[in-house]
Amino acid sequence: MMRRVKALFRELLMYKSALIGIIIITSLIILSLYAIITVPYGEVVRKWNSIEPWEDLPKNAMPSWVNIFSHRKLPETIVLDSRRIDLNVNKTIIPVSSGKYILRLLFTFSYIYDDFPNEIILRLYSNTTKQFTVQITWIKPGEIEYVIGRRVLRGYEAYYISSDEEFLKRFYTNLINRLGSRPNYDVSVDIALFAKEDSSILNRNTVEVSKGEYRTIIDVLIGEEDLNRVQIDAKLVVYGKVYGAAGTDHRRRDLALALIWGTPIALAFGLVASVTITFAQMFIAAISAWYGRGFDFIVQRVTEIFMVLPFLPILLMISYLYKITIWMLLGVVILLSIFGSGVKNYRAIFLQIKEIPYIEAAIAYGTSSFRIVFRYMIPKILPTIIPTIVLSVPDFVFLEAALALLGVGDPQAVTWGRVLEDAAREAALYKGYYYWILQPSLLLLLTALGFAMLGLALDKIFNPRLREM
Amino acid sequence: MVAATKYATLKRLGKYLLVRGIAILATTIIAIYIVIIIANMGGFVDEIIKSEIQFSVYEAIRNNPAYRGLNKSVIESIAREVIELEIKRVGLDKPFIYRSFNYLIDALTLNLGRAIRITSASGSKQVRIIVLERLPASILLFTTIQIMLFFSSLATGLYLSRRYGSKIDRIIVMLSPLSSMPGWFYGLFLIMIFASWLGILPYGGLVDAPPPEHPLLYALSVLKHMILPMMSWFIAYFSINTYSMRTFFLMFSSEDYVELAKAKGVPAREIERRYILRPTLPPIVTQLALLLISSWMGAIITENIFNWPGIGTLIWMAIANNDSPVLIGIVTIYAYLLAITVLLLDIIYVLIDPRIKIGGVST
Repeated sequence: MMRRVKALFRELLMYKSALIGIIIITSLIILSLYAIITVPYGEVVRKWNSIEPWEDLPKNAMPSWVNIFSHRKLPETIVLDSRRIDLNVNKTIIPVSSGKYILRLLFTFSYIYDDFPNEIILRLYSNTTKQFTVQITWIKPGEIEYVIGRRVLRGYEAYYISSDEEFLKRFYTNLINRLGSRPNYDVSVDIALFAKEDSSILNRNTVEVSKGEYRTIIDVLIGEEDLNRVQIDAKLVVYGKVYGAAGTDHRRRDLALALIWGTPIALAFGLVASVTITFAQMFIAAISAWYGRGFDFIVQRVTEIFMVLPFLPILLMISYLYKITIWMLLGVVILLSIFGSGVKNYRAIFLQIKEIPYIEAAIAYGTSSFRIVFRYMIPKILPTIIPTIVLSVPDFVFLEAALALLGVGDPQAVTWGRVLEDAAREAALYKGYYYWILQPSLLLLLTALGFAMLGLALDKIFNPRLREM
Repeated sequence: MVAATKYATLKRLGKYLLVRGIAILATTIIAIYIVIIIANMGGFVDEIIKSEIQFSVYEAIRNNPAYRGLNKSVIESIAREVIELEIKRVGLDKPFIYRSFNYLIDALTLNLGRAIRITSASGSKQVRIIVLERLPASILLFTTIQIMLFFSSLATGLYLSRRYGSKIDRIIVMLSPLSSMPGWFYGLFLIMIFASWLGILPYGGLVDAPPPEHPLLYALSVLKHMILPMMSWFIAYFSINTYSMRTFFLMFSSEDYVELAKAKGVPAREIERRYILRPTLPPIVTQLALLLISSWMGAIITENIFNWPGIGTLIWMAIANNDSPVLIGIVTIYAYLLAITVLLLDIIYVLIDPRIKIGGVST
């Protein structure tokens, strides 16, 4: 047995396409194992479908590796959190008049990218529900200072700096006073806070990032009685335009997680479906061909009924009406395909095998039907179905992706199809978020090519009639 | 004597066709019934409709000034009466099993009835009109694609079988893994390249908006919208179709009688026509017929991606709206067409393949 597998393997390696196929499939399997070992599936599903874990990630950020190919460096996300000592945060208390104090948080960061950030959000936290006034000051390189705004903090406050129209109005007035003319485009808060304030800011094409050290000062006015009791913290996130290995989606989720975890699911779905369906069809065909008569008649009619039923509409109907999970979907796919056209093909082959003399000999010395079917007939056609199994794996992987793309996939599952669906729903192609579509597509493409190349080579080895051609 | 055998053959043919016809009809009826059960979720869709009726009646009564100020219990009894009438009008007062057979008879007699929610562009709720309105779009795109794919791969396959091992042959064999991906998948890439990036072809749809007035411009606009879906299917299916056609012809051209004809010195063209094409005709005709029949159903996913207003999108709309009559209507028409085709193919087989004997050992 071992020797036969080895011989097969050696023969396979003679085909360059088979080698490529094996390499692709092996890397996908390694990726799957990595996914399964590092994060448990339940946790991935929970994380993927919640909002909090993704708070500090940018929206629709491109993968970080795009920076390698472009001389214009897109910004990474900068997170500054006063609760974490490893980050560059300075906390001081400055006394002002008569029992009043200012708690000052100073964030310092350097910004050396060529593009403006995606979004800026400041989150303020305090451990009481008492009301405090907070003033936020922004200092650009060259000591240009702006008081962006004042907020009232009660427990928790999220300050979406990027959409502060009131600051923008003040900024405009200031700018026009200084430069004497208006910018010919709509300056956003992100640009206002990061651009060089000379004549370049007036034109959309020349506006430039002022690179250097930025400081953000958060002043909280507190009374003496609160000095030791109140704990006030802040988190400033300057969202970038690139993130991680795969970028993020519209809900700030790291696509890498879905892409990595989509691999084991796609492989499992495709392999289980193709192996189960091919073997089930073969068994049914073998039994039907061997016993003939009534049983054969029933199997043939059932197969014909299933061939009339339109597969995809029925599958869509079931998954839409019953809102099934991905594993139930797998079950339904298998059930709908067991009596597929494969049964007819295999039955035709078995009918021929049945007439081969050694079967006759087996009948003559009284072998049981069970033994004939499972030991003599089925092994005879096994070689021809192995390529079929390998070749039909991509079909089921794409079936799952197609269902997800139509929006009837498992709403909880983390699959490549779901990523594609999100991208399609958010009009990623229209808005130019190509990475969002290209990455899951590329993985689908690799899977399909890997199995197809291996399958076609196997087909040539197991069906020598094809090889000569 | 000759007349007698001819008569006997005809009689056998008639009997065979009758038996086949009955078997096919039974299969079709059972398949349609299964679809009816699934499309109605075994009666669950009725519950949805019932609760909708209840909701709309209560809403109507609440908004009707004539009922304002009436006693609550009076309103309740009026509402109940109206709901009961409404349920009876829609026919939901009888048990589902009973109605499922009514649906079956309606479907079998092609009395397709009215849609629940979907309306045609002309405003009709007749399933027949809705389906007929969508049909031309699907036929225009997918029947064209299938015919073009079929004949181009047939011709290429035949050509390659004559010179297998050549460079073109090797290229086609090399390209065959492309077919492990479905047409809609290439559609995504093509939209990305030609619509989003280059901006020279439309993202999808049937015609430009607003549609051009002049018929010629209209046709051109439709043609422009057909390029990408057609291209995606060609990339996906041309190489594998050609590959299988070529292998198919190669198998037939290595038969003994072909070798004999070659040895006898029959011209190559003659061999191709009489010794290779002739015996391969039945499976080729079957393949073409089944392709054409299934092509009018459109392709749900490709139509969705290209926003093509054909039967595929209609099926999807019907599923998403729980509109079982539309769905059952489409499936019934499909099942009927398929049944008729299969029966016709049986007759055609007898006509074009002299090796098939009627009434012999049944398959």
